[in-house]
Amino acid sequence: MSVDQATVRRIARLARIAVTDEEVPHLMGELNAMLSFVEQLGEVDVTGVEPMTSVTPMAMKKRVDQVSDGGYPETVTGNAPMTEDHYFLVPKVVE
Amino acid sequence: MTDLTHMTLADARDALKAKKISSVELTQAHIAAVEAARPIGAYVLETPDQARAMAQASDEKIAKGEAGPLEGIPLGIKDLYATKGVRTTACSNILANFVPQYESTVSSQLWRDGAVMLGKLSNDEFAMGSSNESSAFGPVASPWTPPNWSAEKAKAALAGDKKGLLVPGGSSGGSASAVAAGLCLGATATDTGGSIRQPAAFTGTVGIKPTYGRCSRWGIVAFASSLDQAGPIARTVRDTAIMLRSMAGHDAKDTTSVDRAVPDYEAAIGRSVKGMKIGIPKEYRVEGMSAEIDALWTKGAEMLRAAGAEIVEISLPHTKYALPAYYIVAPAEASSNLARYDGVRYGLRIPGKDITDMYEKTRAAGFGPEVRRRIMIGTYVLSAGYYDAYYVRAQQIRTLIKQDFEKAYASGVDAVLTPATPSPAFGIGEKSGADPVEMYLNDVFTVTVNMAGLPGLAVPAGLSSDGLPLGLQLIGRPFDEETLFSLGEVIEQAAGRTKLPEAWWA
Repeated sequence: MSVDQATVRRIARLARIAVTDEEVPHLMGELNAMLSFVEQLGEVDVTGVEPMTSVTPMAMKKRVDQVSDGGYPETVTGNAPMTEDHYFLVPKVVE
Repeated sequence: MTDLTHMTLADARDALKAKKISSVELTQAHIAAVEAARPIGAYVLETPDQARAMAQASDEKIAKGEAGPLEGIPLGIKDLYATKGVRTTACSNILANFVPQYESTVSSQLWRDGAVMLGKLSNDEFAMGSSNESSAFGPVASPWTPPNWSAEKAKAALAGDKKGLLVPGGSSGGSASAVAAGLCLGATATDTGGSIRQPAAFTGTVGIKPTYGRCSRWGIVAFASSLDQAGPIARTVRDTAIMLRSMAGHDAKDTTSVDRAVPDYEAAIGRSVKGMKIGIPKEYRVEGMSAEIDALWTKGAEMLRAAGAEIVEISLPHTKYALPAYYIVAPAEASSNLARYDGVRYGLRIPGKDITDMYEKTRAAGFGPEVRRRIMIGTYVLSAGYYDAYYVRAQQIRTLIKQDFEKAYASGVDAVLTPATPSPAFGIGEKSGADPVEMYLNDVFTVTVNMAGLPGLAVPAGLSSDGLPLGLQLIGRPFDEETLFSLGEVIEQAAGRTKLPEAWWA
């Protein structure tokens, strides 16, 4: 399988990465090089093989569903580009 | 002073304990070496004041007889480990000003045991790369110089764009370069597809990627969570064993961390390997492999045989599919992990006309080309209609790769011996062509180990005809790092410790 320019734009949109018109052909070439490299996986017979979900056999650890940490909003928002009263600020999303 | 920066970690520890040296003088010697080596680019942030304060505290503890296992030992920390109050960037512009409010579990255990932090070490951006060239801080030079280069020529290149100098490997290139150049006694690193073992092999140092789950991933910037593991790079097998004991251990904050006692790895050094069965996988004799690498591999097997181990040929039939399967699984997980960099809670933010525009502009500006490429391939293989064809199939192949190893171990093999890399180090700028796959082939021998979650140790085993270091890889059973340390020590003793380069850069 290979991707065309329209697909590259669609992937970039899904990945939320802006791409310029000049970048698209270049990206298409690189993505197709990677896709052609992984194409050989098609020759492996995977009938009845369980897809790996965990590399070490272990039961998922669980904890009690209760608050165990917190109470320091200044620390939590300390690295944010824009904040106000311990809220993260983003452009308006609801009209 | 040079002597202090070229001690092994074990010797420094013993000298500190015997009060022959102080941590303050040991640390000061390293701070001076780090300053003199700035053009190499191994450190992206130096923390000399913190180092001196930690060394002072260590000396006081030693005086009181309260020394920890790493008391007073100066280390470098890969910039993927969150360090409280100390800028942590993953060598990406998207985290250029990120100052963690918490400490990674692994580094906190090193400080608990008395280690001293010299600073943060460069890596490929988000650990994606095999040459350290994708770091937002620029490439890192290896202290090894290209064949037939004079010190003057190397110094001139270092002052310029570094082209032609050798890469230290990646992604833990800063760690490997710093350890090889005497800029720390040991360094933390991480390994997702070979990022500890390949740089160790390129620089004549020792590196171990422990079993998946052995070290906590908490507080380490995530790349591909089912493959990422923390581990050390140091100058001897013993030194990595000492470091791993402090780094390993259960952590409730990482659900994949395994609740299992941490052995005294150092005790495995010097243990007899007599009667051990070592597998030589025939599938690793890849097409186009250089005669030199093949000869090194044979030599390594002979060293182990001379120590009483039995060498047997084994088959790991799915080996060739590990790298392509990795380039589906790792980018898929990366695209998911890196979705968090959206310009809202931390990191870079580029304003946009609406929130989507802000996300897109922020991520386009903040991520470098290799990271963008991997996020996009990951997004593609996880997208509707392609998930089964790519991602599910890759995870099925991963199961087959793991079964190959399980069969070998069930047949009585104690460890597997392979080359660590297909070639010695290449030059900066040499593999930056249009085809990203050329760079990916560096990990052809190491990536299987991450796919199967196994421990792998890279140990120097000799020099190429051009005088560059070459390494061998030992792969073990899950949680049997001890066997790797015993076998690694045999190779280190038989091959002789690699003589590291003199400080031509200073």
